[in-house]
Amino acid sequence: MNEDKLKEILTCKSIDPAVRLDFPMLAVKSHGQPFAYLNNAATSLKPKPVLEAMARYYQEYGSSVFRGVDSIAYKATQAFEATRYKVKDFIGAKQAESIVFTSGATAGLNLVCHSFAAARLQPGDELVVGATEHHANYVPWQQLCKQKGARLVLAPNNERGEVTPELLESVMTDKTRLVAVCHMSNVMGAVNDLKALAAIAHRHGAYLVADGAQGIVHERPEVADWDVDFYAFSAHKIYGPTGVGVLYGKYDLLESMPPMIYGGEMIDVVDVADTTFRDPPYRFEGGTPPIAEVIGLGAALDYINSLGYCCMQQKTLQLCKRAVRGLQQNPNVEIYNPDNYFSGIVSFNVKGVHPHDAASIYDREGIQVRAGHHCAQPAMRWLRQNATLRASFAFYNNEEEADRLVTATKKAGDFLDVFF
Amino acid sequence: MSSSDEHMNLLYRQIIMDHYQHPRNKGLTGDPAYFTVHLKNPSCGDDLSVQVRLDGDRVADVRHIGDGCSICCSSSSMMSELLKGETVEQALATIEAFKHMASAEPYDADLLKEAVSLHGVAELPARVKCATLAWIAAETAIRRDAQQADEQLTRQPAAAAAPQRPAGQDETRTS
Repeated sequence: MNEDKLKEILTCKSIDPAVRLDFPMLAVKSHGQPFAYLNNAATSLKPKPVLEAMARYYQEYGSSVFRGVDSIAYKATQAFEATRYKVKDFIGAKQAESIVFTSGATAGLNLVCHSFAAARLQPGDELVVGATEHHANYVPWQQLCKQKGARLVLAPNNERGEVTPELLESVMTDKTRLVAVCHMSNVMGAVNDLKALAAIAHRHGAYLVADGAQGIVHERPEVADWDVDFYAFSAHKIYGPTGVGVLYGKYDLLESMPPMIYGGEMIDVVDVADTTFRDPPYRFEGGTPPIAEVIGLGAALDYINSLGYCCMQQKTLQLCKRAVRGLQQNPNVEIYNPDNYFSGIVSFNVKGVHPHDAASIYDREGIQVRAGHHCAQPAMRWLRQNATLRASFAFYNNEEEADRLVTATKKAGDFLDVFF
Repeated sequence: MSSSDEHMNLLYRQIIMDHYQHPRNKGLTGDPAYFTVHLKNPSCGDDLSVQVRLDGDRVADVRHIGDGCSICCSSSSMMSELLKGETVEQALATIEAFKHMASAEPYDADLLKEAVSLHGVAELPARVKCATLAWIAAETAIRRDAQQADEQLTRQPAAAAAPQRPAGQDETRTS
């Protein structure tokens, strides 16, 4: 992240601590203690406005979208489509028709893989993937290369975990057809400069696909300005519900893609022997969509806008920095990403303590962190670790929770305590 | 907690740590007489291989190697020590007892000897799979090996055509 952006984050207004009251999960107790949720990189907690918007749909205008001509169905359709426009504005897209609702980032990336890339990859072609990607942005490309006889090329990371423009350039050839990288690594919390990476991909005649699942939470994307070809994210990481996500695609590219799921609402004319399909994005949204969830996503974006994206970034950064500083005082702690505060992510291990043993100690202290390989085995190989601990902060966490993490870490060596 | 409970818990902790830090029967062999089972907990990364050599109806040797938490590794070590030398029938009963203990069901503690030290996992449902991984691997190895031995026996008349166990065969299963 560049200096100007960091400065802007640090100088915007502070978040009101009362935001914690918006999140019912923060009132939960675990093992008799206030639940400290430090696993935000896995999924976020949901604010009341999101839960209420979903309940309102079910309780006040719960009907299918597009299919009815009555006023209640019309209201559902309006609310559903309103989210498409909110997403468009949120990610800086040019047109709402570029916004495809999917079941999540995984489904979006798979759609690009099977509908777009499969038709453009020949034997001997190359496909570049970040070396520490999440499995959702790694396995689809790996498998596609296997099927097509294409070569999977890993773009190396620098020690912070970034695929820098220079590092991407170093693996590009005239055979590269597509580059798939994350906006932000879910293990290292490193941000990739997608604008610079897209420019490099395009200069080599390749397309750029971005996994935005982690990044959209911490750096607001500008998909049109960055000129990325595709950008996928999940609602649940950005304070919205599970089960829904978005694939942004440049409209002309979406137009060139066949649907992958056939069914209701995605068709134009169904003849006996053939069918024509609707234009994007509807072509890719066969079947009854997750209506309540799409409406919930819209409410989540409204909520973020009302708080101020920058304020959320600031709080997350401050909390992560506090935790990192605290953990650095512990000589038994090894931190793998000590400088990526803005991600809210701190990945670490405690010497001599397996992450799962440590995780049980955190659990006993009422703290949830993630222990394991974080659905990113390539990243684990890169770190030369079998597993790590990951604490990840959101703007609704507080200093006390960061300090509880640091204190609990000191007890990690007593991991057998939890069994007796 | 009574003082004798405290004493027992201290003892159990020592047993677990001892097996974790000084695992018994650790390391795999390339000997084709062993049947290998490789199991993983994909969600957490525990990764374990167990080798069993049967001699008639007796578990002649158990080897293991793996990467995992204290519970996974110590449990694997205890398993290898306990099953080695038992008959197939005894070994299967011991495995059953361990699985029962880990899922908080009634079990025969006498069969488990030192492995009762791991009884606490029953109260941490999220960790049960760490404790049982080695035992499930051993059970799979014993059953598959015994089954193959039976098959070879029944095909004895056609000795020339009897399937020979390929060297270092590896049954990989994820749990």
